Amino acid sequence: MNTRTDHLVNGVDLSIDFAGIKSPNPFWLASAPPTDKAYNVERAYRAGWGGVVWKTLGEDPPAVNVSSRYSAHFGKNREVLGFNNIELITDRSLAINLEEIARVKRDWPDRALIVSIMVPCEEAAWQHILPLVEATGADGIELNLGCPHGMPERGMGAAVGQNPDLIEQVARWCKQYYSKPVIVKLTPNITDIRVAAQAALRGGADAVSLINTINSITSIDLDNMVAKPTVGQQSTHGGYCGSAVKPIALNMVAEIARDAPTRDLPISGIGGISDWRDAAEFVALGAGSVQVCTAAMLHGFRIVEEMKDGLSRWMAEQGYRSLDEFSGKAVANTTDWKHLDMNFKTIAHIDQDKCISCGRCYIACEDTSHQSIAQLIDASGARRYEVIEEECVGCNLCQITCPVQDCISMLPQQTGKPYMSWDQDPRNPFRQAS
Amino acid sequence: MKHDLTHLPRAGDTVAGRPGTSPEALEANFSDLHPPLNPRQAMIESQRCLYCYDAPCVEACPSDIDIPRFIRQISEDNIDGAAHTILEQNILGGSCARVCPTEILCEQRCVRNHDAECQPVLIGLLQRYATDHARFDGHPFQRAADSGYQVAVVGAGPAGLACAHRLAMLGHRVTVFEAEAKPGGLNEYGIARYKMTDDFARKEVEFLLEIGGIEMRYGQRLGHDLSLAQLHSDYDSVFLGLGLGASRQLGLTGEDAPGLAAAVDYIKILRQSDDLAQLPLARRCVVIGAGNTAIDMATQMARLGADEVTLVYRRGVEAMSATGHEQEIAKANGVRMLTWATPREVLLDAEGRVSGMRFERTHATEGQLQGTGETFEVEADAIFKAIGQGFDGDSLSDPAASELARDGERIRVDDAFRTSLPRVYAGGDCVAPGQDLTVQAVQHGKLAAHAIHQDLLAKQEAA
Repeated sequence: MNTRTDHLVNGVDLSIDFAGIKSPNPFWLASAPPTDKAYNVERAYRAGWGGVVWKTLGEDPPAVNVSSRYSAHFGKNREVLGFNNIELITDRSLAINLEEIARVKRDWPDRALIVSIMVPCEEAAWQHILPLVEATGADGIELNLGCPHGMPERGMGAAVGQNPDLIEQVARWCKQYYSKPVIVKLTPNITDIRVAAQAALRGGADAVSLINTINSITSIDLDNMVAKPTVGQQSTHGGYCGSAVKPIALNMVAEIARDAPTRDLPISGIGGISDWRDAAEFVALGAGSVQVCTAAMLHGFRIVEEMKDGLSRWMAEQGYRSLDEFSGKAVANTTDWKHLDMNFKTIAHIDQDKCISCGRCYIACEDTSHQSIAQLIDASGARRYEVIEEECVGCNLCQITCPVQDCISMLPQQTGKPYMSWDQDPRNPFRQAS
Repeated sequence: MKHDLTHLPRAGDTVAGRPGTSPEALEANFSDLHPPLNPRQAMIESQRCLYCYDAPCVEACPSDIDIPRFIRQISEDNIDGAAHTILEQNILGGSCARVCPTEILCEQRCVRNHDAECQPVLIGLLQRYATDHARFDGHPFQRAADSGYQVAVVGAGPAGLACAHRLAMLGHRVTVFEAEAKPGGLNEYGIARYKMTDDFARKEVEFLLEIGGIEMRYGQRLGHDLSLAQLHSDYDSVFLGLGLGASRQLGLTGEDAPGLAAAVDYIKILRQSDDLAQLPLARRCVVIGAGNTAIDMATQMARLGADEVTLVYRRGVEAMSATGHEQEIAKANGVRMLTWATPREVLLDAEGRVSGMRFERTHATEGQLQGTGETFEVEADAIFKAIGQGFDGDSLSDPAASELARDGERIRVDDAFRTSLPRVYAGGDCVAPGQDLTVQAVQHGKLAAHAIHQDLLAKQEAA
C-alpha cells in the first residue's frame, strides 16, 4: 500500500515544517474523538490528512466518560453553527495508546503524528510519561492545558492553562524530559491570550496551538428544564467549537502573532476551520498549520480533499508557491484601533440591477443605524432603495443585511486628506503632541 | 342538474368493451393537486423568506395577511402563532391557501422572483401548512361584549362567512341565510375537487362558527324564501354576499338539448359526489370559456377519463382570464386549447342530442372581435359553457332589492361596501369592485363588517 500523500497539489507545494515537525500538508486533525485510536487515525491518513494530534493521553486508570456527550447550536436549517462536548481525555489505557501510536507512526512515516498529553501538574507525572511517548517515535507533543470541562475539577486542563506560572512550569518540564518539539495548547477561557502564550514561550515551548474549546451551554430543553447534552436529568457546561468560534480563534491567533515577544513563535491554528478559506485565513494571520475537528466530525475525513484542492487552487491563482509565501501576510494590517486612519471614508453603493427590493437594508439603516437609505416608491408601486451619501457613515450594516452577494458594495471615497491616527486627531482630548 | 346528461355513460362504465376509469385512478386524479408541505419542507421553505420590509407580497395580498411575519413564525416552529397571523386577517386562510391564484398575487410579487434568485417562496403552501397544522386550544378569536345589534348576512360563501365571523368578533349577533343546504359557497360547490379535498370547506366553516353568535339558516334563497325588504325591517343591518348562480347563455338554438350544460352545474354535482364513477362522462367534450371555471371543468372531465377535451375561446391565450398556471394545469391534463373561435351552432344527432359544435374563426382588428366567415366543426358528446355568471333572476326582485343601485349587473357599493340603501352592505362576487376571487370576497366581508360596526356605533352615539 502506498501510504504517501503528495506535497504537490495543483502545482502548489502544500508541505510544511512546523517547529521542526514535517507534514505533507498543513491540515491536521485536532486532539479529539476523531484521533482517539489507530483505526480512526489510519482512516484519516488514508483520506489525505497531513497530520493528527492523537487524542489526549493521561495517567492510568483512564478517564471514564458519561453517556450523551455532544450538543449543538443549530441554524434554522439544522446547519451546525457551533458544537459542544463534555467528553474527557482518552478512556483507553496508556499502554494501548502508546502501542498504537508507535505502530501507526511506523506505518505512516511521512505524516505528522503529535501526541496530546494531560497529566497532573507534578514534575514526577510528566517525568514518567514523556519518555514513554518519546519511545513511540511520534513527531512531537501537544500539552492539553485547555480542556474546559471535567478535567479542571481535577486540577488539570484549563486549571493549568489559566495560570501562566503553571503553563511555564509544565512547558519547562516537557523540554527537560522530552527531546522533540513541544506545542502548548492554549485555552481561550482567559482574559488575555498573550499572557498565556508568553508563559509558554518562557517555559521553552516550540510552538503554541489555539484555541481550545470555550465554556458553553448550547441550549436548554425547555420541556424538561435542563441544558443539553443531558445526562439523566442533569447537564454540565461543555467546550464550544465549530464555525461559531472561528472569529474568536482568529482574534487570539492575531493577538499572539502581533505581540512582540511571541511574534516568531509558531502557531497551529484551531477553531471552527471548516473549509480551505478558513484555513487560508488562519495562515494569513500567521498560523503555520491548522487543526480541524468539528468539520470532520460532521462530515467525515473526506473533507480534507476539498480543503487541499481549494487551498492549492487559490494559492496557484494568487501566485503563491508555498504556504510561507502568504503566511502572516495579514498580521501587519491588523492593528490597534488608535492606529486606524480617521480620515478614511467609505460609503455604501447599491447596484440597482442586482437589488431585489427586499427592503432589508432600508429598515436596518432606518431603525438602527444612520437613516442613510431612502425608500422610493414609484407610481407603479415598484420600490427602489438609494443611499443618501451625505448621511452614510460607511458602517457596512446594509451590506451585511443584504441577501444578494455583491449587490451592496462599500466604495472608498477620495477625501484628499492624509492618514491621521486618533493619536494625531485634533478631536482627541488626550491627543499626544507630536 | 338543469340540463340533461343522463344519456351519457358514467365514468366507471365499460363502453364497447373499453373499461371505464378505475376507482383507484379516480381517487388519484381527484386527490390534492399540490400536495401539502411536510414539516421539514415547510421549515426549509420558510427559511427562503427574506422577511422583507414593507413586503411586496403583503401589498399584493387582497386580504392584507402579514406574510413575512407568519413565515417567520413557521421558521421559529410557532405554528399556532403563524396560523393566528393568517386568520386574524383572513378567517378563510385555509381555503385561500388552496385556491388563491398566488401566481398573480403574493408569489408573483415575491422578491425571490428577481432573476438573481431561484423561484418565489411558496407562500400558498406555507399558508396551508400553518393553517392545517395549528392546534388551537379552543377558537383563537373571542367575541366582544354583546352589542345587542342583530345583523343579517345573505349568503354563506366566503364574503358572507368572513363578514359574519368579524361581526361576531365585534360583538354583534348574526343570522346567516344560505340558499343551499350547506355553507361554503363556491368553496363547497364551485372549486375544482382536487383543489379542495377531504371535505375541507365544511371543516373550515365548522371552525369559523366556533366563535359563537352566528346562527345559520339553510335553504333560504333571497327572492324565494326571504326578501331584502323583510330583512331590512327585521335587522339592524344587512350584508349581501350573494353568489352569481346563473350561467350566461350562448344564445344559440339547441342550448337546451341533452348534452349541453353549464360548467358550474356539473362541477357542483362533481363536488358533492360520493362516487365519481357514477358521474356522466363525455368522452369527447367541448368547454366554452376562458376563465378558471372553464379550466376546472376541462381538467376535471379529462381526469374523469375523457379522451378528448377541447377548450374553445373566442380570443387569444393572452386574453384568457385563467392564469398561465391554470392553463398549464389544463395542458398537462391533455386539454386542447383552441383559440380565436366562437360558437355558431349546436350540432345535434338524430335523437336531438348534442353531437358537436360548429365554430367560426375569429380575429381582432384594433381590439374589435370579428368573425372571419370560416367555420369548422368539433365533434362532442357534451358541451359545457363557462362564459360567465350572473344573478339568479329572482334574487334581487323584491321592492327593496330592486332599488339597489347597480354598476352594470353588479351591486354598486362605496369604498366601505355600503350599497345605495341605508344599512345594507354588499361584498364578494355580487359587487362591482375587485376580482372575483375567494380572497377578495373574504376581504370585502371583513371590511364590510367593520363598516357595519362603525355605522352601528355612530348610530348609537347619535341616539
